[in-house]
Amino acid sequence: MSVLEWFSKQKENVSEKTSERLDIPGDLWVKCPSCATILYKKDLEDNQKVCSSCSYHFRLTFAERLALTADAGSFQEFAAELTAVDFLAFEDTKTYQTRLQENQAKTGHRDPFVCGEAAIHKYPLILGIMDFAFLGGSMGSVLGEKFVRATEKALEKKLPLVVFTASGGARMQEGLASLMQMAKTAAAVAKLNAARLPYIVVLTDPTTGGTTASFAMLGDIQVAEKGALIGFAGPRVIEQTIRQKLPRDFQRAEYLEEHGFLDAVLTRPELKDYLARVLKHFVQQEA
Amino acid sequence: MAENTGEKKKILLDFEKPVAEIYDAIAELEAMSRAQNINVDKEIAALKKRAAEKAQEIFASLTPLNIVQISRHQLRPNTLDYIRLLFTDFVEQKGDRLFGDDPAVVGGIAFYQGQNVAVIGHQKGHDTKENIYRNFGMPQPEGYRKALRIMRTAERFNFPIITFVDTPGAFPGLGAEERGQAEAIARNLLEMSKLKVPVLAIITGEGGSGGALGIAVANQILMLEYATYSVISPEACGSILWRDPAQAEAAAKALKITAPDLLKLKLIDGIISEPQGGAHNDHEVAAQKISQAIAAFLQNYSGCPADEIAAERYNKFRGLGIFS
Repeated sequence: MSVLEWFSKQKENVSEKTSERLDIPGDLWVKCPSCATILYKKDLEDNQKVCSSCSYHFRLTFAERLALTADAGSFQEFAAELTAVDFLAFEDTKTYQTRLQENQAKTGHRDPFVCGEAAIHKYPLILGIMDFAFLGGSMGSVLGEKFVRATEKALEKKLPLVVFTASGGARMQEGLASLMQMAKTAAAVAKLNAARLPYIVVLTDPTTGGTTASFAMLGDIQVAEKGALIGFAGPRVIEQTIRQKLPRDFQRAEYLEEHGFLDAVLTRPELKDYLARVLKHFVQQEA
Repeated sequence: MAENTGEKKKILLDFEKPVAEIYDAIAELEAMSRAQNINVDKEIAALKKRAAEKAQEIFASLTPLNIVQISRHQLRPNTLDYIRLLFTDFVEQKGDRLFGDDPAVVGGIAFYQGQNVAVIGHQKGHDTKENIYRNFGMPQPEGYRKALRIMRTAERFNFPIITFVDTPGAFPGLGAEERGQAEAIARNLLEMSKLKVPVLAIITGEGGSGGALGIAVANQILMLEYATYSVISPEACGSILWRDPAQAEAAAKALKITAPDLLKLKLIDGIISEPQGGAHNDHEVAAQKISQAIAAFLQNYSGCPADEIAAERYNKFRGLGIFS
């Protein structure tokens, strides 16, 4: 037997194992991307989509996040009607219009940023949640406008603003207008500061690019979900630029906490109670 | 680097070559006329006219990617060139008082025609050595924090702020992330929105994404004729959306990053024309054209109440974005 045959034997063995795994019905079981444990989907959902084996936090849709955060039935959405316009007639491998329609159909909302009035353990607040599933949570004109409207609603009602971020950054299909949303949203945070209204940011996986470099890093209280990727440049871009291997926990929530950019790193089951505890301080101050 | 000076003069973009060839012919003719004492004034005049016409023809039909190349030209005037040509008694302020100094951003106080101003800009180099020292104009967080420190001083003393924007982007590096690149830019955006002194931002070369915006939250945003301002570089956009960096040409076109396109979209307030063939061909003339814009800006805001200045800037950015 030649050496080459020996290698091909190895390959056969591996492929056999893979085909075994492929027999598992996809809609009942989920493989944890972190520890590769096969999880029963129902169990995973009951566990707030946290891996029971390694505590990996799966990404959540808007509806899942809302259910875990706001008191049942308290959420009253506003500015839901705002819709993106393809004002550059942008077309790459698909038209922007097509991408918008696909993502609207997929997620059921018109933009990654969904905002409304809500309550957390009876504390009233304005709540903004970003859905990464909608075009990578990218920030375009609608997102900027909705964020500012959320701050304006907070100013009008004298309520705290809590935002859950998840975004790949600015929306390229809107060109420079999307970049300007960074300045627009950051300036709106300044208005909350001036009115002494608390602004609380929960960074979730992943939050990068222009979103991180604007409203996502400007909270009075700044926390992140365990293991979330948070950064300005993406890790691949950095690796290509500096030609070095990056530390294993680079740009993870724990790394940012260690470097002084977060008040806390929290697991998903801790989040709601934590937010209520924070909100309590600001209610007392206003009374 | 003396022998490099001659080299430097020869940096030519492909589309500039036809004009350069005519100028080479003129130089040859002049040398010949000197050597053999023949009068070639008529021929030279004709050639110069042809060179000008050719340049005009070429520059009238530049593609967005050609303009990207001009905006990145190594001999294009950089911030320190403009400071030298436009201001007097410049006092550089270095360091962010937190960690270090970033040579990719320069700034300080100066006089513009006798009036106090603060000047801040990204700093690129004209040769490789200088570019390495300046990190090709790509700031670290310290650069943004230094800029903010200078802006706060300016605000305290009521000096208008002028920024020169010319960067490929904020540096994507390990240390930059570790020390909070995103936070540094975000903080500048927030703080600049509140400044009670007028801010003028001039995009002089490459307006590279958040790294550019980090010093460009201004009452007035002007662009040089062949500058670009974009949310992402055409190369990176090509590799993400088309999965092919060679699609930079298509991306440059689709992104609408040139001064005329951005003026049409009402994302900038005006365009400063450049000398024929681009600012790199004549630094003095380029500076003169910028000077007129600065003079008009300062005149316009002189005596303007502080609160109105900040409110005007807030409302300007509040209104940016297109949706239905």
